[in-house]
Amino acid sequence: MLTQSTESHASPSPLGKDGMGRTLVEKIWDAHVVKSEEGFPDILYIDTHLIHEVTSPQAFDGMRKRGLPVFRPKQTVATADHNVPTLNQLQPIKEELSRYQVDMLTKNCAEFGIELYGLGHPFQGIVHVIGPELGITLPGKTMVCGDSHTSTHGAFGAIAFGIGTSQVEQVFATQCLLQQKPKTMKIEVNGELGKGVGAKDIILYIIAQISAAGGTGYFIEYAGSAIEALSMEARMTICNMSIEMGARGGLIAPDQTTFDYIKGREFAPAGAEWDKALAYWKTLYSDVDAKFDSVLTFDAAAIAPMITYGTNPGMGMGIQENIPATNAQPEKEQLSYQKALDYMGFDDDASLIGKPVDYVFIGSCTNSRIEDLREVADFVKGKRKADSVIAWIVPGSKQVEQQAINEGLDIIFEAAGFQLREPGCSACLGMNEDKIPAGKYCVSTSNRNFEGRQGQNARTLLASPLTAAAAAVTGKITDVREFLLEEQG
Amino acid sequence: MILDTRYLILFEMKKFTKLTSAVVPLNIENIDTDQIIPARFLKATTREGFGENLFCDWRYDADRQPKPDFVLNDKTYSGKILLAGKNFGCGSSREHAAWAIQDAGFDAVVSSFFADIFKGNALNNGLLPVQVSDEFLFKMFEAVAKDHNTQITIDLENQTIKIEGQVLPSGEDLGGAESFEINAYKKSCLINGYDDIDFILAQKELVEEFEKS
Repeated sequence: MLTQSTESHASPSPLGKDGMGRTLVEKIWDAHVVKSEEGFPDILYIDTHLIHEVTSPQAFDGMRKRGLPVFRPKQTVATADHNVPTLNQLQPIKEELSRYQVDMLTKNCAEFGIELYGLGHPFQGIVHVIGPELGITLPGKTMVCGDSHTSTHGAFGAIAFGIGTSQVEQVFATQCLLQQKPKTMKIEVNGELGKGVGAKDIILYIIAQISAAGGTGYFIEYAGSAIEALSMEARMTICNMSIEMGARGGLIAPDQTTFDYIKGREFAPAGAEWDKALAYWKTLYSDVDAKFDSVLTFDAAAIAPMITYGTNPGMGMGIQENIPATNAQPEKEQLSYQKALDYMGFDDDASLIGKPVDYVFIGSCTNSRIEDLREVADFVKGKRKADSVIAWIVPGSKQVEQQAINEGLDIIFEAAGFQLREPGCSACLGMNEDKIPAGKYCVSTSNRNFEGRQGQNARTLLASPLTAAAAAVTGKITDVREFLLEEQG
Repeated sequence: MILDTRYLILFEMKKFTKLTSAVVPLNIENIDTDQIIPARFLKATTREGFGENLFCDWRYDADRQPKPDFVLNDKTYSGKILLAGKNFGCGSSREHAAWAIQDAGFDAVVSSFFADIFKGNALNNGLLPVQVSDEFLFKMFEAVAKDHNTQITIDLENQTIKIEGQVLPSGEDLGGAESFEINAYKKSCLINGYDDIDFILAQKELVEEFEKS
């Protein structure tokens, strides 16, 4: 089992071409360029390739058609997450197509020599949860996966991004990708967060500020005192949603918080390898004189608990605000804007506070880690969910699930009327049976509020785990700070 | 740019050179890949057949009856070019979105802004994403609204897109043209039907050398 390659193939060069400093993205990128030729995209070496059942079958098929083996199977890790049921996981999957797709992954991994953490394996879970918790995700690496939330791994100071299935095949065949070097953006968040405000609120706030397309073409480096103060799991929540503003990658320079998190994990380097790795990781930061293509700065104190009201993640606001007026939008955008509000059943200029909700979903690669579950448990302890609400908690991995049980969180959830299920992507995208019914409102800790994302005609409001937990308890959209002030006395 | 003989071709991608066609206008912004092909249809293990579920939840009602007000169900619109509002293809990396558009008979998508991953996926399948200015996009939507059979010509070699001029009885000329940007390497791949894997495989010894360094 201990066959994962944890090695990064990076070979750093100390200075940029013109003698200027380099950004973190440039340092890692340059160290992985196999070939750079004028007029062509770079050939970029990929250290780690993560795969899952949905975006890999056609790529394996292509490999068979080409008659090629997977070039570096030991640098590839597979898990089943998108399609899997979150109840009775050890029983055969009832839904035929899902079962077929998961079985296909098992067959393909066996045929091509790839390690699979499938259903029943103690390491199984959402691909972006298991990579970090197993110590596969490391600073300075290049990592890809046929999933847009691969940006999550950037929290460790890695270049990590989502790819399409043709590119999955490309990495299978060559362990490389043809990629244009991205532009770089720095987003600084400085100051202290208010009570009841967390990483999810920071990222929803940034996306609301710069729009769902504001980061397209960039890799984003998050920096500033408010980012540095975050735990690794909170940093993952931030980097995870980079794609929701169009940026393929988002990353944070590794620091002591990062090193402490990695040390001792299953596939993390140990002994002399650790010392060598650590020395390299400590060189991974943007030089003081490095030039970013764009720099944005935000004040942490200005961020309130956030909630989305529309059908893209850029349509978010502080929970006490009113939905922006349609006629305040640029003229050409008003049609799309009004269409989104109609879908959600909301009026413009209205407040969402007190609006009844039907479902609460705590899970997804954005917010399904142990800290998220602890935060929710801490809040709901001694409380009870509203009778009108169905509340699901779907842990990100078997390890998270086990940890929650070890800590007795399952008992707290049960007493509060929340159902702790088994790991998977679940209601984030409703590929399994966990769907939100048509017309129902779901406060969700996931990453996308697109039309139909959680089920046909389902209505999604994205929020933090705390805001979701508060909605479950009251049965309506609630400013969690009211509880926190009360509890403070 | 011409790719030299270093790149032996194992796998031929769909080629694109020049196309003149009517267009199907979808004047909505931020069309995400969950709208293009909802997640519940991603369970297939081949690349074929996604076209019938393209824009499924906009196109059909709960009983799978076509919704008459959706453009793909309007017989007065046809063609191989999909015209869409800005930030087309945002969200999930699912290449199934590009496959679905292609499987439904489209060879090109025109918008004023594309999401990165979608754009790459489209190019890797020979589906041409053409990025135009907001003004030109607006002009195309207007032209198509006035005459549903408006013809658009996309010339990849010369990187131009043109609204074929039609002089209305009023004397107004609806024509117009704009040039568009495309990565030179990707352009060459589309014109010749090359794919990226052949390109890298031809340089495999460089990759092995890199691994040793």
